[in-house]
Amino acid sequence: MIDAKIPEGNLADKWSNYKDSSKLINPANRKKLDIIVVGTGLAGSSCAATLAEQGYNVKSFCFQDSARRAHSVAAQGGVNAAKNYKNDGDSVYRMFYDTIKGGDFRSREANVYRLAECSMALIDQAVAQGVPFAREYAGYLSNRSFGGVQVSRTFYARGQTGQQLLLGAYQALMRQESLGKVKTYTRHEMLDLVLVDGKARGIIARNLETGEIERHAANAVVLATGGYGKVYYLSTLAMGCNTSAIWRAHKKGAFMSGVSWIQFHPTCLPQIGETQSKLTLMSESLRNDGRIWVPKKAGDDRVPNEIPEEERDYYLERRYPTFGNLSPRDISSRAAKERIDAGCGVGPMKNAVCLDFSKAIKEQGRNKIEEKYGNLFRMYEKINGVDAYKEPMLISPAAHFTMGGLWVDYNLMTTIPGLFALGEANFSDHGANRLGANSLLQSCVDGYFIAPYTIPNFLSAELKGAKVTADHPAFDEAEKLVREQLNRFLNVQGHLSADHFHKTLGKLLYDKCGLSRTKESLKQAIVEIKALKKSFDHDLKITGDDQVNSELEKAGRVSDFLELGELMCYDALQREESCGAHFREEFQTADGEAVRNDEDFCYVSAWEWMGEDSEPELHKEPLVFETVKLTVRSYK
Amino acid sequence: MKQTTLIYKLVMATSGLFLCFFLIIHLLGNLQLLSPPAVAREQFNWYSHLLSGNILIKIISYVLYLSIIAHAVYALIITRVNIKAQGSKYVYDKRGKVSSWNSRNMGVLGTIILIFLVIHFKDYWYIYKFGNLPLDVKGNKDLYSIVVSSFQQGWYVILYELSFIALGFHLLHGFFSAARTLGLYHRKYAAAIRVVGWIYSLAITLGFMLIPIFIYFNLNF
Amino acid sequence: MKLYLKIWRQEHRESKGDMVSYEVEGISEHMSFLEMLDLLNERLIKKGERVIEFDHDCREGICGACGMMINGRAHGPLSGTTTCQLHMRSFKDGETVYIEPFRAAAFPVLRDLKIDRSAFDHIIQSGGYVSASTGQAPESNSILIAHDTTEAAFDAAACIGCGACVATCKNSSAALFTSAKITHLVLLPQGKLESADRIIQMVNQMDEEGFGHCSNTEACEVECPQEISALHIGRMNYEYNKALLIRK
Repeated sequence: MIDAKIPEGNLADKWSNYKDSSKLINPANRKKLDIIVVGTGLAGSSCAATLAEQGYNVKSFCFQDSARRAHSVAAQGGVNAAKNYKNDGDSVYRMFYDTIKGGDFRSREANVYRLAECSMALIDQAVAQGVPFAREYAGYLSNRSFGGVQVSRTFYARGQTGQQLLLGAYQALMRQESLGKVKTYTRHEMLDLVLVDGKARGIIARNLETGEIERHAANAVVLATGGYGKVYYLSTLAMGCNTSAIWRAHKKGAFMSGVSWIQFHPTCLPQIGETQSKLTLMSESLRNDGRIWVPKKAGDDRVPNEIPEEERDYYLERRYPTFGNLSPRDISSRAAKERIDAGCGVGPMKNAVCLDFSKAIKEQGRNKIEEKYGNLFRMYEKINGVDAYKEPMLISPAAHFTMGGLWVDYNLMTTIPGLFALGEANFSDHGANRLGANSLLQSCVDGYFIAPYTIPNFLSAELKGAKVTADHPAFDEAEKLVREQLNRFLNVQGHLSADHFHKTLGKLLYDKCGLSRTKESLKQAIVEIKALKKSFDHDLKITGDDQVNSELEKAGRVSDFLELGELMCYDALQREESCGAHFREEFQTADGEAVRNDEDFCYVSAWEWMGEDSEPELHKEPLVFETVKLTVRSYK
Repeated sequence: MKQTTLIYKLVMATSGLFLCFFLIIHLLGNLQLLSPPAVAREQFNWYSHLLSGNILIKIISYVLYLSIIAHAVYALIITRVNIKAQGSKYVYDKRGKVSSWNSRNMGVLGTIILIFLVIHFKDYWYIYKFGNLPLDVKGNKDLYSIVVSSFQQGWYVILYELSFIALGFHLLHGFFSAARTLGLYHRKYAAAIRVVGWIYSLAITLGFMLIPIFIYFNLNF
Repeated sequence: MKLYLKIWRQEHRESKGDMVSYEVEGISEHMSFLEMLDLLNERLIKKGERVIEFDHDCREGICGACGMMINGRAHGPLSGTTTCQLHMRSFKDGETVYIEPFRAAAFPVLRDLKIDRSAFDHIIQSGGYVSASTGQAPESNSILIAHDTTEAAFDAAACIGCGACVATCKNSSAALFTSAKITHLVLLPQGKLESADRIIQMVNQMDEEGFGHCSNTEACEVECPQEISALHIGRMNYEYNKALLIRK
């Protein structure tokens, strides 16, 4: 059994107790310690900057051409904090409870409480950095309600909250770079983790411009490389998002958890063609005024505006009268899929539902709607060439956020000592479903406020040992393997592109390990992925050289996605219950609601890599609920 | 002090604005040429004399020379830096679609104006200062006759008119650009300055353009 | 539809590049411009040729990674749009489309359409931040900021750092990029205290990176995907002039 190292004490005191008793490092000694941070999104930038402020030497890596482009930049909605500025009954406990319940009771109490507890400091920090959060006319911070909770605790900067928070963190990082405490390596991709005596001691990275394979040694390695939703190919994620860093760490011994818990965002633009590369997210806030419907009759070929009111099925309002169109993401997405599968989908590929503003426009006037969502309507028109003031928007669920990731303990340390995972790359706080506006929060809190305490706590014991350098034989070995893999990719000379495999895998996972899964579909998927992997090994074709070569980059990422996809299926197969984003069709009530099994599955699954040809091994971390009572999550 | 791009631009803006100011005085003086010939001759020659004697005017004229030189020299420096900053050229370039022609070609317009100034100085300023001019009845040098006789020639009028058009386009962008370089950023006042710039450029250009035409058509025959 | 593409191909930073012609058939008007390039690349792989390298990531107009000159315009024929948001319905069947990298001495070409924009990072490093280390922040509502001030700061802060302003500028000036950050931070009370030093340093850095002068043609404002106003450049000039006067 694995130990989450949760501190003693009452839930509310655990984090203070931890901080009070964690070990510190003398400022003079800090500059002797090197830390590698991979990823420059919110978690990575904030962690790297904060550690540098404390006096450590930080090396920061990202594959993009600038730290500012990490995909945190694309988050639209906002960031939650239990400030209770609205005086509407919010508190740390309430936020903790909403998050635990939203996650369908599949996350750790202590972690989630800490998340809520640190949320307020984050808003303070972001404001101090100059993040232009929305303000009331009197100059106070403004809040909105978001993602199926009953209080207004979401802070936002128009529809670009992620961008503004990231720029704050990026600027803090750039400041440390100018002070010489951080060295950033842009256009660098981590290709392997280096272990010395069982501890994470460095990475092998590829310079994506020159193709050089570089070795970097450190006293600790932090992975803040984001989620792997791009495994589905079509997703709301950026094209470069990948699993490679965490997957290669997994293959070196770090456990993976909640791997199949992937959130499908209900309000995305549907796929309209085979060459499509991206499913753009439309802010969830649209559901505040838009009504979702499909035709009552399956196979209705009329355009939405021609379908009369009485022949429309407002299925969310019908099934969930209390929350209606504002039901949580997993529920809304699943309900949409249920209708689409029943043949009621709209649009050229019959894969979408209508998001209709006609009633809101009638009641509030076009001006009001324009004021609230003008930029989104413009974006919709830019992409589709359709005026959504006149016709309903067509939306569809798309792979969005991965609750799963590297297993971490309360210190955010993986099962490899010295290897930390932050933000979406770890599994920790969202359970089986994430609430809106909690992902920005988690990344920031991990990076600004948690890792800068827990990493020094780990490093305090590392001062004594001899310093590991990049000359160590472990680096030779890792570099050799990395080079071999790259050469293999370049030399297969098959006939199919990396994208082909990626798209095939994505489609397969959407069908068999997507919004809903069955034992049958998952078993089938495992067989098919194995076959696809084999084909990848023989039929891949990469052109170009070993320098700037986006195809070579893709090949490495797709290779890891293939292995990850298989683990996702094992994870989904093993968990014989429906919880949060994980919906097993065998486990549902008569009216199609999820049935959770707390008796047998109230644990975190932690998978261990056992080698290419073996099945992964499952470890369990039981979830102990001392404070909350497990209830059925109902939004009816 | 380190010479940054913004300091170069400050030199351009302040010298440019001084030249703008000078153009007003120059135009006001020249408008005397529109009076009936007898009055015009006396007035204009008296005015020219005034401009060459007064100590205050002398200082202003030195500032003027300096401004012209600084404006031209810094334009050259800036152009050099800008060319270097461009790196390689676009093979297919349609960037012109998103900005006005004159704003992109201030250098060309400025060069035309500079060439014009050389001719202008040679024909009037140099002759007035160093040439042997007849005196008018008041004993002032008779610049008026020189002016009138030169504008009897059609090609000379055309040369002047074309130069004034170039000047007009130069002013149109230059005036607004100088205000921005000095730091005018308020949306409302920046818009107001644009209108003022239009009026100013139009008045100066049309005013100067009127004089040669007037002389050519009224005094030629 | 079918397009005739002329695309800049260049091997390395130092090598000489050239326009190469490609014919692409079977393009749907629903495709984004980058998906059209994906399609071409897919076919190049089939033929065993090296793919066209271009930067792209989020494909929803916010990361700022994509950026190319399309038919002589930064991010293509539409104003206020990134390359990834450009769709093929903006082109005609049988049209010839020229695709080049953003060009400026400060943005060297790495390969094909990929460029090095680290000069922007250097400008931010020179002062584009508020020096607030983690832990120093006061309670957020203790800093009151008027609604309109925040909105104005946001307008400037919305910059995605794509470099279209530099690419479309006849002088390759980074004035819009730099001034947007300066305005963002000077408007807010948090950023005011260090503003004089920040502005001098950022302007110096802008020069050091080899960007040109701003001629106020305002082309940058038209091509900026976030429609950031060129008035910020006026603001930068104002703050710079003020800093020159008051700085010791």
